[in-house]
Amino acid sequence: MAEAAAVGAESLASGQARAARAVLGQLVLPGEELLLPEHEDAEGPGGAGERPLRLSPAPRSRVRVVCGPGLRRCGERLLVTKCGRLRHKEPGGGGGGVYWVDSQQKRYVPVKGDHVIGIVTAKSGDTFKVDVGGSEPASLSYLAFEGATKRNRPNVQVGDLIYGQFVVANKDMEPEMVCIDSCGRANGMGVIGQDGLLFKVTLGLIRKLLAPDCEIIQEVGKLYPLEIVFGMNGRIWVKARTIQQTLILANIFEACEHMTPEQRRQIFSRLAES
Amino acid sequence: MQTDTQIRADARAEAGPRSPGCSLRHFACEQNLLSRPDGSASFLQGDTSVLAGVYGPAEVKVSKEIFNKATLEVLLRPKIGLPGVAEKSRERLIRNTCEAVVLGALHPRTSITVVLQVVSDAGSLLACCLNAACMALVDAGVPMRALFCGVTCALDSDGNLVLDPTMKQEKEARAVLTFALDSVEQKLLMSTTRGLYSNAEPPSPLICKLYSWKQEGKCC
Repeated sequence: MAEAAAVGAESLASGQARAARAVLGQLVLPGEELLLPEHEDAEGPGGAGERPLRLSPAPRSRVRVVCGPGLRRCGERLLVTKCGRLRHKEPGGGGGGVYWVDSQQKRYVPVKGDHVIGIVTAKSGDTFKVDVGGSEPASLSYLAFEGATKRNRPNVQVGDLIYGQFVVANKDMEPEMVCIDSCGRANGMGVIGQDGLLFKVTLGLIRKLLAPDCEIIQEVGKLYPLEIVFGMNGRIWVKARTIQQTLILANIFEACEHMTPEQRRQIFSRLAES
Repeated sequence: MQTDTQIRADARAEAGPRSPGCSLRHFACEQNLLSRPDGSASFLQGDTSVLAGVYGPAEVKVSKEIFNKATLEVLLRPKIGLPGVAEKSRERLIRNTCEAVVLGALHPRTSITVVLQVVSDAGSLLACCLNAACMALVDAGVPMRALFCGVTCALDSDGNLVLDPTMKQEKEARAVLTFALDSVEQKLLMSTTRGLYSNAEPPSPLICKLYSWKQEGKCC
């Protein structure tokens, strides 16, 4: 970490923009500017702006690069705004892929399309106010449940847990969430059942657990039968057969962020024996 | 993420008394040590230690909300006693520095609160507070356009400049100057001075000393 930080500081000190491709997987600091691939040749170390000779007179095609979390567009470069590792995903078809910064955070900022766990804090008229851990509570209309009509209201009380997704989430407006998908079906969303335990972890851990083929989830599944809901706002709801098992699972998830895979396997084997 | 970075600024700084010039006391930083705030950091410069916690972007009272950017609040708690006027003026300086660097326009109508607690004061307190605030903002994931650092210089009666002075050096100095620099172009974000000094002091050695300090070891 110290060496990576030293390299980052050198680039900041020298004031030169680095190519985004060259920095993939490395630590980037706020304030750094990254060059997109199409601009690398024009802004080489000499700074003379020489372009390589091209035989065809056709202009170079502009590749559309998506700027993900932690990056902002700054002219034709990318400005890093958060500290973390730079990642890139190749595009499925066309485009230039996505660049983003993998940073660690505890506070959630609502993003459209994210599935989150919220707590109902108030009922005002036709909407519920749901606390999702952001800067303001999200609003949830009572019609946004499967099979809900004006006569057939959903049975939601203050203090209930709701699993839903955001349909409106930007910096200028109050976030709005719904518990149905675009076809009108619940698809697992709605009020989360009785019992169970809700606890909070960091956002990075949620992303790691929701990645495909996560080892932790497979090992936990072999340990006890359980029901689990992950919210992208850092909240996990877990329910096992007994309270003791639920608490053990909650402790495992909270601790697994800081454990190496070997330590985790030791703990799982000890729990499986007892 | 627990990162415990210990950067030795200068080998001379550890062996006995410092020689005058651009050498710093041993400094260290630890992040993510508090569980409640969204970001926290502890910054140590010699014996001066400051603990910082950042909450945000969080809910804001309607009376304090700004429609197009985040409301930044800084609270500085002294080691003993209630916060007084000196703390209020330092809070204002730290807030102005943070506002210049944090991208508040990405989180309008929210509040970002930085709480600083002085754990021990052995000189260069304002610079240590600035450094701790920057590290805590980075730990919280608040979007920033640059990093910033703070440095204190003491000018003694002979005109010699000492960087990162101790309490004794600050008391005996003719003037004490604190600067905040940003990381991208090393521009001056904030400066505050106390004491007697004239514009006749050649500015270039001062700037050279600040740049050499920066190159010696200040990084994330």
